[in-house]
Amino acid sequence: MIEGLAQLVNRDPAIVRWGRGMNETFMIEVGDRQYLLRIENGLIQKVEKGPFVMRTWRFAIRASRECWEKFWQKTPAPGWHDLFALLRRGDVKFEGDQRVLMAYLLYVKLVLAAPRNA
Amino acid sequence: MRATGEKTWSVPDYPWGIVKLEPIVGRYVQLNDCRIYFEEAGQGIPLLCLHTAGSDGRQYRGVLNDAQITKNYRVIAFDMPWHGKSSPPAGWQNEDYRLTTGSYTGMIMDFIKALALERPVVMGCSIGGRIVLDLALKHARELRALVGLQTGAFVERYYDAAWLDHPEVHGGRACGAVAYGLMSPLSPEKERWETVWHYMQGGPGIFTGDLYFYQVEGDIRGRIGAIDTSVCPLYLLTGEYDYSASPRDTEAAAARIKGAKMTVMKGLGHFPMSENPEAFLGYLRPVLEEIRK
Repeated sequence: MIEGLAQLVNRDPAIVRWGRGMNETFMIEVGDRQYLLRIENGLIQKVEKGPFVMRTWRFAIRASRECWEKFWQKTPAPGWHDLFALLRRGDVKFEGDQRVLMAYLLYVKLVLAAPRNA
Repeated sequence: MRATGEKTWSVPDYPWGIVKLEPIVGRYVQLNDCRIYFEEAGQGIPLLCLHTAGSDGRQYRGVLNDAQITKNYRVIAFDMPWHGKSSPPAGWQNEDYRLTTGSYTGMIMDFIKALALERPVVMGCSIGGRIVLDLALKHARELRALVGLQTGAFVERYYDAAWLDHPEVHGGRACGAVAYGLMSPLSPEKERWETVWHYMQGGPGIFTGDLYFYQVEGDIRGRIGAIDTSVCPLYLLTGEYDYSASPRDTEAAAARIKGAKMTVMKGLGHFPMSENPEAFLGYLRPVLEEIRK
């Protein structure tokens, strides 16, 4: 799902516009697999699949595979429809620079939800 | 369907389609040297509507515009100080805004007295859904009924709301992002993004200051057992997609309040009256009918 994100996001100016000004790399963890997403001005420049050795990321979002699969349902069930719903239960963890995450929160939410419309 | 008082017309040569004048009227009342903005529509039993943290009375546009309700109810929604078109108090620039149980209940009862509202129904959402529990404890005899939307007795701090008021984070975008996630994916896009827009317009630190009440000071778990619904009926309506005050949170509160009537609103989220007015009205109208009778 993450591998196809660049195509899903970059073709949608409605998502890209919320990431304007973002030039960062962040990490998404799906179970035991890590992905690094390089964003430049709201466009996903590169998606790399781990494992990695000594890579830097600005912030990380970690959840189990089962959790992401429920999150990525076309119409997710109550409690699986938003990152903060997962956060309240402890099903997702945020690490790293929270300021950057919060500054681009809407963009990150829209990017992570994009696989619902794949 | 043309409702009473609804005026529509078309303007020749302009591409607007039908122009529709809503029956809602807004004005200001000065309370404690603070200009409070409120809107109203309808006549009859006063129905005072309380908006959510970090937002304003526009959330109740669906209720204010509902001819079935305004036929029998004088629907009123005011903007709390610091919110919407209400002023902050003089000297606001020198202090951090923080909502407390006392100041919230105080402003509600002050507003009721200032407008001489006789035994109003008070309906509140989120922080409003919480404060109706305090109103039930302190002012049951002065109120006809209480309706709590997305009511919970307590919410723990599961994220740091200080980030919503950080000079290096765009507050409007961050507050909007938080509100966005609380709504149901089944609610109409237009109404969801209108709701997000209200949040994006909030003043710096206001959402955070309201959340101080919601997540810290306003913990009412220890007191709700004393609520007497025989003096003032309590209705609790909760959208199933709300994870901040979930149906389970509302059930936990309802279980301890004898006579509280709870309904789960399927497919709705944390802002039922704003994210999907039409669906919400379907749940609200029978409650208001029951209160009326």
